[in-house]
Formats: sequence, structure tokens, C-alpha cells
Amino acid sequence: MVKASTTGQGMAAVLRRLAALLPAGRILQGPAQMAAYESDALTAFHARPLAVAVPQTQDEVIAVVRFCRDEKLPFVARGSGTSLSGGSLPLENGIVITLNRLNRILRLDPEQRIAVVEPGVVNLAVTAAAAPFGLHYAPDPSSQSICTIGGNVAFNAGGAHCLKYGMTSNHVLGVKAVLGTGEVVEFGGPSREQIGPDWTGLFVGNEGLFGIALEITLQLLPRAECYHTVLAGYRTLEQAGDAVTAVVASGLLPGAIEIMEKLALEAAVAAVHAEYPPGCEAVLIVELEGPREVVAADRVRLDEILAASSPVEVRPARDAVERLAIWKGRKSAFSAVGRLSPDFIVQDGVVPRRRLGEALRKINEWSRESGIRCANVFHAGDGNLHPLILYDGREPGALQRAEALAGKILRMCVEMGGSITGEHGIGVEKRDYLADMFSADEIACMQRIRAAFDPLTIANPGKMFPSAEAPALTQHGLHPLEKAGVISRE
Amino acid sequence: MSIALEPTTTAELVDAVRSAPRVIAIGGGTKPRLSRVGDGFTRISTAKLNGIVEYEPSEFTFTAQAGTPLRDIVKALAERGQYLPFDPMLVRAGSTLGGAVAGGLSGSGRFRFGGLRDFILGIRFVDGEGRLLRLGGKVVKNAAGFDLPKFFIGSAGRFGVLAELSFKVFPRPAASRTLRLEAADFGAKVKLFAALANSRWEIDALDAPLEEPAVYARIGGPATALDALAAEILGRMRGMVLTSGEADFFWLTVSELRWAHSTGVLAKFALVPTAVEAFAARVRACTGARGWISAGGNVGYVSTPAGTPLPDFGTVGVTLRGDAPLWLGPRTRFEVMNKVKAALDPQNRFPDLDERE
Repeated sequence: MVKASTTGQGMAAVLRRLAALLPAGRILQGPAQMAAYESDALTAFHARPLAVAVPQTQDEVIAVVRFCRDEKLPFVARGSGTSLSGGSLPLENGIVITLNRLNRILRLDPEQRIAVVEPGVVNLAVTAAAAPFGLHYAPDPSSQSICTIGGNVAFNAGGAHCLKYGMTSNHVLGVKAVLGTGEVVEFGGPSREQIGPDWTGLFVGNEGLFGIALEITLQLLPRAECYHTVLAGYRTLEQAGDAVTAVVASGLLPGAIEIMEKLALEAAVAAVHAEYPPGCEAVLIVELEGPREVVAADRVRLDEILAASSPVEVRPARDAVERLAIWKGRKSAFSAVGRLSPDFIVQDGVVPRRRLGEALRKINEWSRESGIRCANVFHAGDGNLHPLILYDGREPGALQRAEALAGKILRMCVEMGGSITGEHGIGVEKRDYLADMFSADEIACMQRIRAAFDPLTIANPGKMFPSAEAPALTQHGLHPLEKAGVISRE
Repeated sequence: MSIALEPTTTAELVDAVRSAPRVIAIGGGTKPRLSRVGDGFTRISTAKLNGIVEYEPSEFTFTAQAGTPLRDIVKALAERGQYLPFDPMLVRAGSTLGGAVAGGLSGSGRFRFGGLRDFILGIRFVDGEGRLLRLGGKVVKNAAGFDLPKFFIGSAGRFGVLAELSFKVFPRPAASRTLRLEAADFGAKVKLFAALANSRWEIDALDAPLEEPAVYARIGGPATALDALAAEILGRMRGMVLTSGEADFFWLTVSELRWAHSTGVLAKFALVPTAVEAFAARVRACTGARGWISAGGNVGYVSTPAGTPLPDFGTVGVTLRGDAPLWLGPRTRFEVMNKVKAALDPQNRFPDLDERE
């Protein structure tokens, strides 16, 4: 790990030079000004950076990064701070480069169905700009009303539609970026085809360790003409899981397949007055989409499959309002569960879909044994779990016990042949589990690649790779935006 | 040309990579230009690294050894009603899974759901130091670690030798219909591309031969729905629905590159729809050259007859066979690219990124 100038005086001089790089007022150094940047959506961690740089142009970002390189000053790029893995957690010996002001959509070409955006553009703003042309940007992390494309690119954000449409990396055609070396590179471009090694593909999901994306070319897709969204309640989780297996085996390709477990249902009822069939341990949501003729034919098959799956009740959404109500209940589930507990950890491990039932039985068993409550909501179509582990940070040792359970769940995911993260990334949160998934040689390989992009280890150090340098641990409750219901943890 | 090493296990593959100062992997040999390197290279054939390792239809995933012929994979998937939606290319010609990835050759179906890069999940490969590494995963959703699997798409064996690959698959639609729509020239074709691509119809594939005044579009789904969609399309655009025999023949012509000259240069280019007209004009200006536009104007192919040099298209491309530079068009060699090459292959055991052998 490269240290910034060690003496206080030396650092003061470095920060003065940094302040001279940008117009007055755009290098923040006061504790009050920087408070909002001390943590992201992984609220158990926080750290106060030396300063926060607020560039407004690509050239300013490049200048700040090159300054950091010359001074060996670590930097953390930040969008809206919604990372669930602590991806934008600051460093006490480094600066934050906040990118929210680089928020222009530079180009929107409806004929070629692409958009070129700056990193601070909010995910949903891309779809809003594309909507008049009947297009949308497919990746839909549930923080999409606030999270930025730059952050989505860094962490390869997912969402509820990944089985059919893939993750962020499947929708990024090109990236212009400034690397940890200060080099400005352009990978890919407006074509949906790549020639030669897929540098764009390598860049997406780098967790900020390669550098900062300055311009991102996104592919847009036509919005589906028609949706058919069904909610089905089951007495047991196994029955809901069997229904997923039956849907998948039928040859249908739903846009989304989600399951909510009892505790999450109760929370959604309390929080957004969602209504679910009574007496259900689990609720399944399946959504078909496409041209109306295709959906009409597919829904006949889906109805047959669900009818045969021993549901308590099947409720198809009859109109757009009912569809939105189903999704509102689903998307609010995490912040809603948060109301049941002062603190919680959420993870996003993945298991092979056929082992979902087994995985959930184990989680529930461990939850009972340890007395730690655990709510489950998950993207059932792609085996992506989201166990929500409830704890009270004021209780001594509670966080550590919750983390121990979380660790057990992650190791189970790896043992079952899955992954420690489906969509949140490794960040700070899961860096100690990287070695459960990859061998020492494999981690060393990734570290060499990282060093190619950032030989000084100044771009988001302390993330992804197991590290001795642990950031300060504190105990918080919900992220303020979560409390406001703007974002949720899934 | 020297006889290739033929490892039968990953351990033997590791030994093979370590056995010589310079090595190049070869698969089915269907894109021979990718592995045509200078003297002094030991060739490693993946022919005996052959077989599907795992196939879980309920997971929509499979893992196969790099030398597995695409033919075997396509067949195994079809038996369970599944497929690789990008229409893998050169399947009948004998292309292997590893070769498809190293060559970066997706097919017409990449238009709807994306190409190789959108379905690859994980790889095992041997790096330039002879280490066997697995990156990515085997499940349909995974965000752990750097995305080396994607990076290997189109990498032409410059960073490592692939041993095993994991892919996502989809259920195959119950039926499909192919429409031949009339378009007098490339201006009209590009307009049709945009109209079809931005429609409610969800077109799976969108191709246009250079020599024919037509655009071909394929839709997939339940048969009754497709007939209604096809009728609507033909109510707005002049054309016809192909019989299933005609449709199969047409898509085989594309995926097996049968429209191309059997000798001479065959190259692929990355395009954007607005560049298609100029691209087509350049192909036409070259005597005897043939061309094909795929993926709604995002991919262009050119085939020149033996002895006719490939004209300059001013856009990035790759030569698949014949006598032309491997990498075509303007390319910027960023410093980081050399460093990543060195990170994976410090002794430069595999061919250089640029051809300066």
C-alpha cells in the first residue's frame, strides 16, 4: 500500500496544491462538508477522507487523478454512494473524487439505440431520456432512481432482470477512462460488435481499481410492449422453489422470477401496505414480457404451470397499477425489513438454482440456532440470494455474530458451486472471502492485472483484495436514503 | 508446419504450454488466420481436450472443454430444448468452443440477446507462466473478480490457452419465422434495420446480403403469435415469409459463411448502421469481392477472391482467413494493453498483441 506524504505539514501542502487544481469551493475539507462522504450504503463502515474533490468536467477528473499519481495520493471515485459492498468507502489517507456533477448525457441516438453518458448520470435518467423513443436501459438495480452509471460500471450492477438481459457489463459497449497511471484510454465504441480482446468487458466490474470511467457508451433496448406479472402464494418455501423449477423447465424465459419469504412479506405489509394471500410462507413473482401476442400465448402456459404447483392463491396483475403494486412490495422489502431491526447486513451470494431450497433451509437452520433473525428475498431465476441478517449494533458482539453468520452463508454459496457476489461486488465487505472462491494463483493474477492499470495502488485501494488495512468499524442504522425509501438493499 | 502437441488433460496442457518458449493454441482450424504466426511457435491443439464436463439444463448452464466441437454442444443443448441464442458460427465446419471464443465470432442471433460476451460465464486457462487459472464462475450471475472471461473473447490466444469454458444458455423458442423484406439499396436496408430494431416485434436476427436487394429478419416464440407478428410486419413492409426449409438454408448460409469465396481473404468488421452504406460501397468497388451485413448493421463481413488484396475499410476488423494483416483498420495501442499482456504473459510465450513476429 502506498502511503501519502506522512507528515502533517507535507500533507497540508499537498492539499493546498490540490485545492489550486479546481476552482474555489470544489475541494471540500471541512468535517461538516465531508460528512456525507464518509460512508456509503454499507453503513457498518465509515472513514473520513483528507478531502473531497468535486470536478465538473472530464479534464478536471483527469487533472485530479494525475495529481494523485504524482503525489501517490490514494483516491476513491464516488457516484451516489449506494454501494452495498463498501465500494466507495473513503480512505483516511486519501481523497474522494465525487462525480455527480459529470452528469450529462452526451449523445442519445435512437436509430442506433445507444447513449453516451458521463459517469455521474443516474441510471434511471438514461431510461427517462430514452423513453420518448420507445427505448430503455435494461439494467435495473433497485437503487436505480439514484445510483449512477459510473458506479454501475465499476461494480457491474445487476437487478431483477439479469437472467434474460444480463448485468451492466452486457450493456456497456465502450468506455473512456482515466487509469491509475494517468493514461486516458478508450475501449470499445458505438458498435455492438467488438474486435480483438474485449477491453471494455475487462474494465466493467473493476470496482474502481483500474481508474475512473469518464464516458460510457450504453446500448439501449426497445421497451417490451406488454407485461404479464403474476404473484403466487405458497404454504411452504419448498413449494415456491418447486414452482420456479417448473417454470424454468417449461421453456418459458420470464423477464423476472422473484421470491419473498415470510418475514419480508410481513415487513412489506407493514411498510407499504402490500397485500399477500394469507397463510403463506413464501410468495413467488413471475413476469413475462414481450409483444402482446407472445405474452398472450406464454401466459396460458404459465397459468397452467402455476395452477399445478399447489399455490394458496395466484393473483395476476390485471393492469399497470396492480403490476406496480406487486413490484413496489418487492422493491420495498429490504428497507421495510430494516424497520424491524436497528441494523442489518445484506448479502448477495449466488447458488445454483436447483439448490435454492437447500440453501434457504440451511440459512433458516443457522438463523434458529444462533437466534439471529434472517429475512430472505431473492432473484430466484438466477439463484441470487439476498439474506438480510438483522442485528442490534448497540448490543455488544451483535455485529460480529451477524458477520459470522453472513460468512457462513457466503462459504455455503461457494461450496454449492455458486459465487460470493451476484451483483454488489466484493468491495470492502467480502474481500476476506475472495480466497474462498479463487486460488492464490488466481488472486495473484488479478493483482497483476490491477497493477497494469494502477501500479501505484492509488485507485480505490483496500477493496476487492484481502487486506490487512481494515477501515474503521462503526455501527449505524439505515442509510438516510433508505430510511426515506429512495433506495433499498437488493 | 510442425505437428501440434495434443494434450489430453489440463495437466498435459500445462506441460505443453511450459514446453516451449513460444506457443499458439489451435482449435478446429476454421479461422486459420488467427493462429498463423511466425516460425518458432509450437502449436498446441485442443482437439483432445474434448467433451462437455457439466450440463445442467435446469440451471441454463454448461461447462465444456475448450476443444469440444460446437456441433456436439449445439446437439446436446437441442436435445433438452435449449440453445446458444447467438447462433454460433462455423458449427458444421468444425469450430470448437474455445476457437469461437478466441476468435470472437458470434452469429446472427447476437442481435437480440447479445453474443459470446453476453453468455460466457467462466473460463479455465493456462497463462504464459504455465499456471492453470479459473476466473469467472459457473452460475448465471456472478460479479466476483475481474471479468477475464469476457476479456478472452476475441483475444486470439494472445493471453493464454483456454482449457474449459462455462456458458449460460436459454430455452429455445417453440417456433421461428424468417421474413425476407425488400430493400432496393443500402440506404433502404439501413432504414429497415432501424424500423425493425425499434419495433415492438422483438426481432431475433437481422441480416442483409450485399448482393441481394433484401433484408432478412427472424422472430422466435410461440407459433400462433409469430404468424400474427409476421402478418403485421408484411402489412407494413414488402416481403414474404420463408418456408422453414428456405429459412434453415438461409441461416446456414450465414452461420457457415457459405456466401463467401472458399479461398481468398475473409474478414470481419465492427460497424454502426450509419456506416453500412459506405462499407457496402467499398466492397462493391473491389472487383469480385462479396459482403454480408449482420446484427442489424453492427457487423460486416468481406470476402475477396484469391489473389485480390483486401481494400482498406478505415474501420476496425479482424482477418479470419487468407493473406491479410490479422488486425485491420485504425487501432490505438494504449500503454496499459502492453502491461496487461505482460501481466498474463510476462515471457511473451504467446504471440504479440500486434503482429511483429
